[in-house]
Amino acid sequence: MAPVLELRGITKRFPGVLANDHIDLTVEKGEIHALLGENGAGKTTLMNILYGLYHPDEGEIFVNGQKLDVHSPIDAIKSGVGMVHQHFMLVPVFTVTENVMLGEEYVKAGGVLDRTKAANKIREISNIYKLDINPDAYISDIPVGMQQRVEIIKLLFREANILIMDEPTAVLTPQEVEELFKIMHTMIEQGKSIIFITHKLGEVMDIADRITVIRGGKVVGSTTPAESDLNDLASMMVGRDVNLEVEKSESVPGEVVFEVENLKVLDSVGALAVNDMSFKVHAGEVLGIAGVQGNGQTELVRAITGLLQAVDGDVRLCGHNITHLSPRKITEIGSAHIPEDRQKDGLVLGFPITDNLVLNTYYLEPNSKSIWMDQKSINENGKKLVESFDIRTPSPFVPARNLSGGNQQKVIVAREFSRPIKFLVASQPTRGLDVGSIEFIHKRLIEKRDDGCAILLVSTELDEIMQLSDRIAVVYRGKLLDILDAKNATKEIVGLLMAGIIPSEEEKQKLLAKKKQILIT
Amino acid sequence: MENTTENKKKSLSVFWDEFSRSNFLVILLAIFTGILLGGVLVAITTNEVYAAFRESIWSGFGAAFRTAWNTYVALFTGSVGNPEKIRLAFASGDQLAIRRAINPFFESLVQSTPYIFGGLAVALGFRAGLFNIGVEGQIFIGAATGVWAGYAINGLPTIIHIPLAMLFGALGGALWGFIPGLLKAKTGAHEVITTIMMNYIAFRLVDWLLKFPMKDPNEFTPKTPWILETAKLPRLFDTPIRFHIGFFIAVLMAVAVYYLLFKTTWGFELRMVGSNPNAARYAGVKITKTTILAMVLSGALAGMAGANEVLGVNYRLLPAFSSGYGFDSIALALLGKTHPLGVILSSLLFGFLRNGARSMQLAVGVPIDIVSILQAVILAFIAAPAIIRTIYRLRESKHEEDLVSLRSWKG
Repeated sequence: MAPVLELRGITKRFPGVLANDHIDLTVEKGEIHALLGENGAGKTTLMNILYGLYHPDEGEIFVNGQKLDVHSPIDAIKSGVGMVHQHFMLVPVFTVTENVMLGEEYVKAGGVLDRTKAANKIREISNIYKLDINPDAYISDIPVGMQQRVEIIKLLFREANILIMDEPTAVLTPQEVEELFKIMHTMIEQGKSIIFITHKLGEVMDIADRITVIRGGKVVGSTTPAESDLNDLASMMVGRDVNLEVEKSESVPGEVVFEVENLKVLDSVGALAVNDMSFKVHAGEVLGIAGVQGNGQTELVRAITGLLQAVDGDVRLCGHNITHLSPRKITEIGSAHIPEDRQKDGLVLGFPITDNLVLNTYYLEPNSKSIWMDQKSINENGKKLVESFDIRTPSPFVPARNLSGGNQQKVIVAREFSRPIKFLVASQPTRGLDVGSIEFIHKRLIEKRDDGCAILLVSTELDEIMQLSDRIAVVYRGKLLDILDAKNATKEIVGLLMAGIIPSEEEKQKLLAKKKQILIT
Repeated sequence: MENTTENKKKSLSVFWDEFSRSNFLVILLAIFTGILLGGVLVAITTNEVYAAFRESIWSGFGAAFRTAWNTYVALFTGSVGNPEKIRLAFASGDQLAIRRAINPFFESLVQSTPYIFGGLAVALGFRAGLFNIGVEGQIFIGAATGVWAGYAINGLPTIIHIPLAMLFGALGGALWGFIPGLLKAKTGAHEVITTIMMNYIAFRLVDWLLKFPMKDPNEFTPKTPWILETAKLPRLFDTPIRFHIGFFIAVLMAVAVYYLLFKTTWGFELRMVGSNPNAARYAGVKITKTTILAMVLSGALAGMAGANEVLGVNYRLLPAFSSGYGFDSIALALLGKTHPLGVILSSLLFGFLRNGARSMQLAVGVPIDIVSILQAVILAFIAAPAIIRTIYRLRESKHEEDLVSLRSWKG
C-alpha cells in the first residue's frame, strides 16, 4: 500500500536563501511523524508548501499514491491535509460550533445556519477522540489547551486524515501537553496520521513513531526513538556535539544580596497573586522558582523589578529597600532583568540592534554626553556585543524585529550582562528557543553565577530549573510551598509541589533514595 | 566580456529589487496615480467633454485629455509660475512685472509654511505614539496669543518683539497640548477624543475673544487690531510677494525637531515610548512625563503655525482664519513618514497644490475641490500601499515598517 503522504525532492528558494533543498519525506498511515529542527531550519516552509500556502520551485507531493497539486489551503483540505497553526485562528466572540462551521456552514432551508446539526457532529467527534469539548462554549471563555482542541476539531470536522501540528506544545502547560499527547494517540488509533513539528527533544522521544531531522533546509537523517537518544538527536539537529547537561561546579554562596520579605502583590484584576512570599538569594548562587505558569511568577518578577507596586512586604537589594523604587533606580543599584516576554518588554522591535543594546543605559556615559547621544560609541558597543555574544545578524544596524527568537534573546542577555550587575532576574530565559541558543544562554547564566552574581531563575520548564538551580523554590497559587536544596530535590518531589501537594518527610526520602539508586546503577 | 554584462545586469536588477521595495517609490507612484485619477475626474465632470463624445469617440478622448492637460497647466502656472511670463518679465527688466511673474512660486512657499509647523507638530506626536488631532485648535490658540503679543505689547525693538510674539504663540499652543497630555498621563483619557474636544473649545474661545476682549473697537466685525510694525515678520520682497522669514523659521524648527528626535536622549525616550511603551517602562523611562512633554512640544509647534500666519501674512486675527491647515497637517505628516525632512517635502507639495488650486479655478473653471480630491486620492494610496504595489507589480516591502503604532493606555 502506498504511504499516506509522500514528498519527493521539494525545493523552495527565497531571495538569497535555499529554504528547502530536495526534501524527501514519507508518512505512513497511523503514525506520528516528528519533524525536528531548529528555528529557521525550514520545517515551517515545508509544511506551508504541503498546506498550499507556498508553491514549491521543484518537487512533487503524493497523497495515497495520487500526485497532488496544491495551490491553496482549500486544495490541501480537500485532499485530507489539515494544519493546526502555532497561533490559533479562532474568533473569540464566536462559540465553538460557530468557529468550527466557519467556511463550511451547515444551512437549513432559507439560508439559516443549522447550529444544532453542526453541534451534534462536533459532540460526536469529541466523543470518538475524547476531546471533551462543549460546542456551545465561547472561545474567549475556554483555556488555551481547549482552544487548541477546537482547532483540531475543525480539521476532523472537514475529515482531514493528515494533521500537521506546528509546535503545538509551545503554548501549553505540562498537564495540557500530557492531555494533548493522549488525544494524539487516540487519533492515530483511529487511523489518522500526524506530522508533529517541534524542536523539543523530550517530546519527540515521548510520542513520535518516526523522526525526520531537518537542518539548513536539508533532511539530515531519519530515525526512531528506539534507535537514538537525546544527545544523538540534538547533535543531528544542531550539526555539532551538543552538551545537554549544564556543566557546573558546586556553588560558593556569599552574603545575601537580595531578599524578599512577606511580599504581597495583586494581579491586574485585583486578586492576590503573590501571597506572603519570603526568600533570600545569595551572591554566587542560582535560586530557581519552579511552578506551573500563572501561579504568581509574573507578578513576583514585576514587583521586584519595579514594574508593579507591591501592596505589602519588603524587597531589599544590596542593603537598599527597593520595594517602592522606580525601575530605573533598581537597575542603577545593580539589578538586571531578562523579561519573560522578550518582544513585549525586553526589546523595541523597530529599533536597530545597536539601540536595543543600550535600551537602559542610553543616558549614561559613554553612550551620551549630557543630552546628546553619542552614536559612534553606541555603534561601537553594538558591534562589540554582537560579536562577543554571537548574535547572528547581517549587520548590527538591522531592526531587532528581523532577528530570530534566539538571537533576540541574546540581544537582551548581552545588554544585561554587559553592565556591572549584582543581581539578575531571569524569567523564562529560554522559552521558545532552539537547542543551540538554550545551551549558550545556560552557559552564560552559570558563568555569571560563578562571577558572584546572585541569580533568581523563574521558569516553568522543570528540566531547566533542575539543571541550573542550586536551590529550588516552588510556588503554587501565589504561595511559596517549599525551598529545597538542589541536592535534596528530584523531579518527582518538585513535580508534586508544583501540583500543590506537599510530600511528607518520609515520602521525600523515598523519592530521593530512588534517585540515588538510579544514579548508582 | 560576457561576464561584465552579466554583472551589470545583475547589479541593475539588484537596484530595481531594492528600489521597488522602498517606500519612496510608493510615494512617488501614489502621487503620480493620484494626478492621473484627478485628470480623469476633471474630464468626467466637464460638460464639453460629453459634447465632444457625442460627436465621436476620438474627439471625446481628445477633449478629455485637453481638459485634464489645461487643468494641470493652470495648476502649475498658479503654483510655480508661467515660464513664458517670467521670461518676458525678465527681458523687459520691469521690477514689478518680474515680482508679479515669480509671485506664484513664493506664494506657494507662504502657503507651505504653516503646513511645515503643523506637520512637525503631528509628526512629533506620532513618534511618541500620540495622535494629536488637536493641531487645528492649537493653531487657533497660538494665533490668538501670538497676535495679542503683536498688538498689545508696546515699545519693544523688532529683534525682541518678533521672537517674543512667536514664543507667545508657541506657549498658547503648548497649553492646548498640555491639557490632553496631562489627561492622558494621569487618567488614561485617549488623546484622540480629548484633542477633538479641545478643538471645539479653541474655536469658540477664539470667536469669543474676537468679539469681546480682543476686538478692535474701531471695527464693526469681529477682528483684532493690527499688530505693531515691530512684530511683523519681515518680508523679503516688495508687493505683491508676501514671502516672509517665517518659512526659514519653519525649516529651522524642522532641523531642531530632527536633532531632538534622533540625536538626544530625550528623543530616544520619546521614540521608545512611541514604539513600545512596555519596553520603555522596563528601561526606566517615565512614560507620564514623556507623554506630557511630547504633547506640549507638539502643541507648541502647532501654536507657532498660528503665530506665523498672524505675524507674517494677515497681521491681525480674523474669524476662521486657518481653514483646515491643522487637519491637512495630519495627512501630510503621514505622507512625510513622520520624518522632519519628509514633512518639509510633503508640506511643499500641499502648499503648491493649495496655491495652484485657486488659479486653476480662475483659469479653467475647475472647482477648487478637485485639489482636495486629488490630495485625498494620493493619501489613500499612501495609506494603502498594497494598492500601488498591486497596480505597478512591486515587491512586498522586506520588513514591515513600524512607523506609527497608535495605542491607548488602558486596554
